[in-house]
Amino acid sequence: MRNFDFLDAEYAISGTRSDEARVSPDAIDLGLSNSLVVPQVDRPSSFLRDAFANVPEKDRIRFAHGTTTLAFSFKGGIIVAVDSRASMGQYIGSGTVKKIIEINPYLLGTMAGGAADCSFWERDLGRRCKLYELRNKERISVAAASKLLANTVYYYKGMGLSMGTMICGWDKTGPSIFYVDSDGTRLKGKMFSVGSGSTFAYGVLDQGYSYDMSDEEAITLGQKSIYHATHRDAASGGVINLYHVKEDGWVKISSEDMMVQHRARMAQIKAENETSAAVVAEPAAA
Amino acid sequence: MSILEYNGGCVIAMAGKDCVAIASDHRLGVQLTTVAMDATRIFPMHDKLYLGLTGLMTDITTLDQLFRFRLEMYEMRENRKIKPKTFSNLVSSTLYGKRFGPYFSEPVIAGLDKDNKPFLCSMDLLGCIAEADDFAVAGTCAESLLGTCETFYRPNLEPEDLFETVSQSLLAALDRDCISGWGAVVHIITKDGVTTRELDGRMD
Repeated sequence: MRNFDFLDAEYAISGTRSDEARVSPDAIDLGLSNSLVVPQVDRPSSFLRDAFANVPEKDRIRFAHGTTTLAFSFKGGIIVAVDSRASMGQYIGSGTVKKIIEINPYLLGTMAGGAADCSFWERDLGRRCKLYELRNKERISVAAASKLLANTVYYYKGMGLSMGTMICGWDKTGPSIFYVDSDGTRLKGKMFSVGSGSTFAYGVLDQGYSYDMSDEEAITLGQKSIYHATHRDAASGGVINLYHVKEDGWVKISSEDMMVQHRARMAQIKAENETSAAVVAEPAAA
Repeated sequence: MSILEYNGGCVIAMAGKDCVAIASDHRLGVQLTTVAMDATRIFPMHDKLYLGLTGLMTDITTLDQLFRFRLEMYEMRENRKIKPKTFSNLVSSTLYGKRFGPYFSEPVIAGLDKDNKPFLCSMDLLGCIAEADDFAVAGTCAESLLGTCETFYRPNLEPEDLFETVSQSLLAALDRDCISGWGAVVHIITKDGVTTRELDGRMD
């Protein structure tokens, strides 16, 4: 029988069979060591800090930053809602970005900060959650999944990663939300909002929130919070995407242009003014 | 962020056949926070001459008052309405008068001269005049506006078509700028008078 050993030498992954390094040191080798290539200098993080921070603003590498994202838990699970604008400075790069990342049928991640950082590392998180499931014959908890992400971004701390994300899901402990950002912060909580429009969203959310509200009320509150943020925050806008996390996984509820909410609100204000004008007019007539 | 982009906003003007249009958005913001959606940045100087001011809102207000004062002094002294060309020189020298501590505003001037021929010009904040016979733009989305004007503009449009062209050019450009928008207003200046229309734009 013909000897195919030469194929091993040709195609082997470095460090397994072949003596020669087949995978170049510059390659992104997430499969084995789960690490990205960093600049080949003595202190990569200070080199990157010089490239990203210690330079005049005009020379700095800029990321898409403006966003409004929110997630809150209530009786019926978790509501996750986001806008869809990608701004580069004051320029609107896109108005139809998907900022809710479907990690797997039970986990959702949100996107704020660097779009590439969020989408890449949350995709990577999905891969690692699947590996956990295969190894342990059990779904990963939201706490563990969010910690995988937090540990990853902490490893790259100071090297310019930019992300503020909420990992939302349902596990044995019930629904949970974890806020994870590129500083290494990881917080468990019932309500978070992230991005330039978050202050506006918090205002509406706090005003209307109650743990015991129905699914419909919670969905309306989520949409309304994002709508008000898109209205007041210049860097947020576009369509409002909303997901509902339940015991048996997430469901996509709606994807609606914020102008639909705006027109409805304007019509409501107009109707209210007409009623109050009628009330004022009546006693005067009498 | 530049001080010219602190409040946001933009102005566009376009020439038609014996008519001109000038339009602007309605946003007044403080950096990324939208504070008002009924801001005015186009001011009538007389019935055939309009001035649009972009940039820092405090300077827009000051300049509007200053030009109205100078215009009334001119009209009383000369006993006639100012010509658009003369007015543009007045604006230019007023701005250059503050060469070393400028007003942070870039004006657009649109009007009809005595033969009802369109006059258009834009200026930088130091008063350098750029006269145009097709369109003039200024503000935070000036680049986008130039792009939309280049594609939509046709010479010798009648007032109704000019309104449509200016509106579409403005709305298309606004949708690519974070700090402009929240509604718009269009003025069409003809020899018979001015028609003003409000546009419903996106509110995000």
